[in-house]
Amino acid sequence: MTLLEVENLRVKFPTRQGVFEAVRGVSFSLGKERLGIVGESGSGKSMTGRAILRLIRPPGIVEADGIRLEGRNLLDLSETAMRKVRGQKISMVMQDPKFSLNPVMRVGDQIMEAYLLHNRSSKAEARRRAIEMLEAVSIRDPERVLRAYPHEVSGGMGQRIMIAMMLIPDPQILIADEPTSALDVSVQRQVLGIMDRLVKDRGMGLIFISHDLNLVSEFCDRVLIMYAGRVVETCAADKLHEATHPYTRGLLNSLPRLDEPRRHLEVLQRDPAWAEEGGA
Amino acid sequence: MSVALRIEGLDVWFGDGRDRVDAVKEAGFEVATGESFGLVGESGSGKSTILRAITGLARDWSGLIEVEGKRIEGARRDRAFFKTVQMVFQDPYASLHPRHTVDQVLSETLSLHKLGDVDARVVRLLDDVGLGAKFRFRYPHQLSGGQRQRVAIARALAGEPDILLLDEPTSALDVSVQAEILNLLTDLRAEHGLTYLMVSHDLPVIGHMCDRLAVMKDGRIVEVMGVEALRRGEAREDYSRDLLAASVGA
Repeated sequence: MTLLEVENLRVKFPTRQGVFEAVRGVSFSLGKERLGIVGESGSGKSMTGRAILRLIRPPGIVEADGIRLEGRNLLDLSETAMRKVRGQKISMVMQDPKFSLNPVMRVGDQIMEAYLLHNRSSKAEARRRAIEMLEAVSIRDPERVLRAYPHEVSGGMGQRIMIAMMLIPDPQILIADEPTSALDVSVQRQVLGIMDRLVKDRGMGLIFISHDLNLVSEFCDRVLIMYAGRVVETCAADKLHEATHPYTRGLLNSLPRLDEPRRHLEVLQRDPAWAEEGGA
Repeated sequence: MSVALRIEGLDVWFGDGRDRVDAVKEAGFEVATGESFGLVGESGSGKSTILRAITGLARDWSGLIEVEGKRIEGARRDRAFFKTVQMVFQDPYASLHPRHTVDQVLSETLSLHKLGDVDARVVRLLDDVGLGAKFRFRYPHQLSGGQRQRVAIARALAGEPDILLLDEPTSALDVSVQAEILNLLTDLRAEHGLTYLMVSHDLPVIGHMCDRLAVMKDGRIVEVMGVEALRRGEAREDYSRDLLAASVGA
């Protein structure tokens, strides 16, 4: 079943030197699966995630033949209708909890706000749901965390709070943009495990945006590899190490590996043809 | 073999009284001349703080720090120290002055080291780090992250130091750029006979760059091991084993 269908997505920014296209004709569909989008900085992976939620601010321009959610084209919706989609249908977890949580508002109030915005219910009910949700993301002392301010929690906990907040309106799709890049490896696994379990239990679709090839190959079902605003290769995540595109191969080979010591790492030789449209 | 860097019973703390945080507790290790030594651990484990104590950026510390046999005291460092030890920071976007050209950055450093022949040296430094003279009059915002890190490395090399302290030199960079910078560091060490003390949270990076490493947790060194043992996954302590497992995804 397809949850989301993106067709020929383009994101453009007018500059003094002419129009810069950050995303150039990206198409994919998302079912109840974990879809990874990998690429380096500037590949357009984050822009793709933001464009789906129409979070690109003017003068940026989003164009597409369609971004279809349940048969509706998101590009045709009014800003008011779009606000209902954000959170309720599609949620987004950003990279750094330090910048995504409101620093002067208690964690509990922020989570409850997310719930009350999309549900007609009492504050007591919202509070109950917030505690449930914090327990679901493995926070041991939810009552205390509800009263805490964002600066009083660690990075890993902050990111779990973000996930709780994004999942409390019960969306169908979660877009996670580098959700664990600001975290330590050990905490990273924990947060990913929690996200994975919730996504599976709720039958959600997940778009996982990351620069970390190994993480994506382990964690996702399917992977899109982006380069210069285009998808250069799509493959099953467990087959990522058999990827054929020279860019993907180059990225994989440039990683240091504990099991294969060598004096020099392979350096990626960029081929201008990879960036050309139509070529791959 | 001579010892480039010896650290014994090092405590580093921030704040006083109730607010005192002990960032490093009783850390000790030795780095031989020409060796590349790694410090790994999670954020807050104190690995960067050790580097900052060596360079005098963390003021409150006790214990023994010896650089090439010379004992260091307090937070002030003399010129001879900076001719011996230099540091490369994590974030190349934050560690270069936005309104100074590459030429100004390097010339100023050279004059601080009281080195003459600035013109030729700037060109040679840029060549050394693989940038070339065409980058000489650029501002940081005209450079990519990898190029900025090359400038930061050139600046560290300007005084012809023996020891480089590398604080997560590639964690702000893309993997393909990381490979270029790590290769550059490997070559520079061979050419200039440098000693590295490198901090990273990335075990494969440390495994690639270092001969030996110390695993840190909560301010303490849990284990010092050789890179061969790391590759074979032979960690003695539970914590290092967990860290290893989390890093290779086993």
